[in-house]
Amino acid sequence: MASQKQASRINRQTWHFTEDVRLQASAVAVGPKEGEGPLAAYFDKIHDDMYAGQQTWEDAERQLLEDAITTLLQKAGITGQDVDLILAGDLLNQNITTNFTAEKLAIPLLGMYGACSTSMLTLANAAALVNAGYANKAIAACSSHNATAERQYRYPTEYGGQKPPSAQWTVTGAGAGLVGIGGKGPRITYATIGKVMDMGIKDPFDMGSAMAPAAVSTFLAHFQDTGRTPDSYDLIVTGDLASVGYPITKELLLQEGYDMDQVYNDCGLMVYTPDQDVFAGGSGCASSAVVTYGYILDQLNRGLLKKVLVCATGALLSPVSYQQGNSIPCIAHAVALEGGI
Amino acid sequence: MEYVIAFIVGGLICVIGQLLLDVGKLTPAHVMSTLVVAGVVLDFLGVYDKFIDFAGAGATVPITSFGHSLYHGAIGEAEQHGLIGVATGIFEVTSAGISAAIAFGFFASLIFKPKG
Repeated sequence: MASQKQASRINRQTWHFTEDVRLQASAVAVGPKEGEGPLAAYFDKIHDDMYAGQQTWEDAERQLLEDAITTLLQKAGITGQDVDLILAGDLLNQNITTNFTAEKLAIPLLGMYGACSTSMLTLANAAALVNAGYANKAIAACSSHNATAERQYRYPTEYGGQKPPSAQWTVTGAGAGLVGIGGKGPRITYATIGKVMDMGIKDPFDMGSAMAPAAVSTFLAHFQDTGRTPDSYDLIVTGDLASVGYPITKELLLQEGYDMDQVYNDCGLMVYTPDQDVFAGGSGCASSAVVTYGYILDQLNRGLLKKVLVCATGALLSPVSYQQGNSIPCIAHAVALEGGI
Repeated sequence: MEYVIAFIVGGLICVIGQLLLDVGKLTPAHVMSTLVVAGVVLDFLGVYDKFIDFAGAGATVPITSFGHSLYHGAIGEAEQHGLIGVATGIFEVTSAGISAAIAFGFFASLIFKPKG
């Protein structure tokens, strides 16, 4: 038993899942712009209106999260009663999307906040709890909505403020994954928990530059702790660094001796095409969630990808912190997914 | 000719605003306040009225003229009622503009719904 414990904790930042922990099913709900993007075929539900049939954008975001989770339960052929725990988070104050949705679903909740890193924060923790036996089945989920995020972090869209090209477009969507022991679906093998990094970037319209060092830090810890290299994976993605942060991350890792060129992509670049007017690319919890739980899981299940490392990046600012002139601390969490059915 | 001057001068004020946004890295709210205060200062220096004579709508339409109107209202009342007039007069000239903004904002919100 003692040896197994040691194997679970590889190092301070990296966990190895010793049981047959799998991502047994997943589901994604998105808004109209994502539905027009290149990954539309991998999304379970596409709303053709930003309100998703609701009165407010906040209600719309809850609808997306609820759609993702209920679709997930249908796809897995189970009910909420079969699930011990939801681990979820979003970008709104006090995690209201998550909390209100969990009340409807009546499944015990662990609400988590890691800004846009929430997708992998929740997945890593769900895998750990399932691996340790505290839950038989757990759902990891998160959501973001373009208009609620703009209202929360920048300016309400009605205000019509200009944005520079380094700004990003918050993905409207929600993704959910079902974590359990055995069955089918890719195995969750490793998780690397990030440290908060702050390189002094203060511009909330340039999150890519702010988050890149956090992604690099987590990648380095992951490679060093596991003895793996970029070549160990078919695909490595970051969550939402987009066209500003992506090349910075690649360059910084190359300086550290890790050549990512052949395997590296960014969910914020994958979820839209450049002609969709999204500035530098996608961002938000849903950026990594819809790409991972949509496209990547499909490719893993079909055997087109064998080993994938998803590193979700989060900018831990609040409107108060940046208005008071604080720089933007950032974090990144990585989870390794392997194999197919 | 006065149309051309108004067009160019108004545009130049907007260029200053855009430079404050892009180069100065100011927030939209800071850009707006900076331009309003610039209008107040220019009026204090006695420049803004001459500027209006020269550029017409090019000087009255941009937000700098809001500062000019604030200053005019405050000074006008101050001359009649002393220091308290600064407080009571500051919105004297601008109140029509502020009321219009509130009224039109209200009516627009009744009819339209933001699309995101």
